[in-house]
Amino acid sequence: MKKILELLERDASLTAEQIAIMLDRDPAEVKEQIAECEKKNIIVGYKTIINWEKTENEPVSAIIELKVTPQRGEGFDEVAKRIYQYDEVATVYLMSGGFDLAVILEGKTMKEVALFVAEKLAPMEQVISTATHFVLKKYKVDGNIVSDKPKDTREVITL
Amino acid sequence: MNYESLLSQKVQGIPPSGIRKFFDIVSEMKDAISLGVGEPDFVTPWHIRNEAIYSLEKGRTYYTSNSGLLELRREIALYMERRINVSYDPANEVIVTVGGSEAIDLCIRALVNPGDEVLVPEPSFVCYKPCAIMAGAKAVPLVTKNENKFKLTKEELLAAITPKTKLLVLPYPNNPTGGIMTKEDLEDIASVLRDKDIFVLSDEIYGELTYGREHISIASLPGMRERTVLVNGFSKSYAMTGWRLGWAAAPKEVMQQMVKIHQYAIMCAPTASQYAAIEAVKNGDEDIARMREQYNYRRKVIVDGFNKMGLSCFEPEGAFYVFPSIQSTGLTSDEFAEKLLRSQKIAVVPGTAFGDSGEGFIRCSYAYSIANINEALERIDRFVNGKGAE
Repeated sequence: MKKILELLERDASLTAEQIAIMLDRDPAEVKEQIAECEKKNIIVGYKTIINWEKTENEPVSAIIELKVTPQRGEGFDEVAKRIYQYDEVATVYLMSGGFDLAVILEGKTMKEVALFVAEKLAPMEQVISTATHFVLKKYKVDGNIVSDKPKDTREVITL
Repeated sequence: MNYESLLSQKVQGIPPSGIRKFFDIVSEMKDAISLGVGEPDFVTPWHIRNEAIYSLEKGRTYYTSNSGLLELRREIALYMERRINVSYDPANEVIVTVGGSEAIDLCIRALVNPGDEVLVPEPSFVCYKPCAIMAGAKAVPLVTKNENKFKLTKEELLAAITPKTKLLVLPYPNNPTGGIMTKEDLEDIASVLRDKDIFVLSDEIYGELTYGREHISIASLPGMRERTVLVNGFSKSYAMTGWRLGWAAAPKEVMQQMVKIHQYAIMCAPTASQYAAIEAVKNGDEDIARMREQYNYRRKVIVDGFNKMGLSCFEPEGAFYVFPSIQSTGLTSDEFAEKLLRSQKIAVVPGTAFGDSGEGFIRCSYAYSIANINEALERIDRFVNGKGAE
């Protein structure tokens, strides 16, 4: 199963049939295992990595550091939950170090980010402070280098 | 000026590479997909490249000792102990060369006398025969067979040995067939050679790229180290083709002669490449494993693809090539390759580029992304099975 997950993590577009060939397994069995992983939420979702900068859109991404007061009996989970339920929020991590929660917003305008922080995050009673960092340029995303695909510069035929 | 009479008869007698014309057509075609490349598609891992950069920053731009940096030779010796279980003295039995190709040339030149016979299993890489001829020897092809998974058999070897036989080339894992020799297969060969004065040139450049079982070196079998020149390099295993770095390991007596040729012809292998290679051989085992895993996935996909379209293809266990038979199409290898290129813009290498016995086969490399391989397979299927062809 680990191999199936590794392959899908690299390339979610692989079909169960293709994976079965690559791993020398029965396609039905692979299909079943993938379904099982989806059911157990081991496979949480499938997504496509898009370099929006190459399109006409020019969305902004921001990383917001939050210092928060943990709740009695709930720790940070309850605060995190209140935050991640906003559709605007792409990612939420609990962090060690100088702040507690990292909140990542994707695909917004600068104004939208600013408003979201000012109106939604900062006023929460558990939030002690916020620091908003805008992403200026993405070089590598989830293991994928964002710049133009390297050309195959090998000689076309070598023996 | 009459060049023909001035130029070396021996060199003029060697035919140029048979695929030149074909290569020219492919090069002109802008959007062709090539499965013809004999090198990894991976870039050399960054930590290895970085060591070369560092060596340049440090100003290490001088010659090294003729045989190569001692530290590199030590690491190579450790590597051989670790991977193939054979011990060599880094001071006297290892030489760092300009690619595996130079090591092959050194070995042949150090061993053969005019008139000696060099046994070359075919289909195989193209350099053994010309090297033998240039050294004044005669290259004798040993035709290996599809039904034997292109292994060299004891019987084939025995039938070819004459009193003039000096050297057996053992090119496994094999380019172009992907065939390998198991321990038992090698034992058969060793049993023939042990009581004879015949040397083995074991070209193990694809030794790290075997699938499902570990590569065995003939030098690790009892009594064989003393009669073997082992050739290996960094090109395929570490994706370092452009660095031009290989090595040979051999008993001291042979190595002394090889070093002389290298010293006068080459001086030493490129210094920056040698520093990069130290990093590769010391800390590169994981890179090899990672790339091997990717090749293995692609191998499964391409073998499956050829078999499904009806071009029978034995499952290669080494290197990064498949060698499907195209006899069912009624075309020769050359015709197949050229027609495929013109109608579907897919470049493969006709089997005949690797010896006459490659007739009826094509070599396809799977050192390409899965997406590329799938696209190529689709087009070859269209060509073979006439789905919308021409």
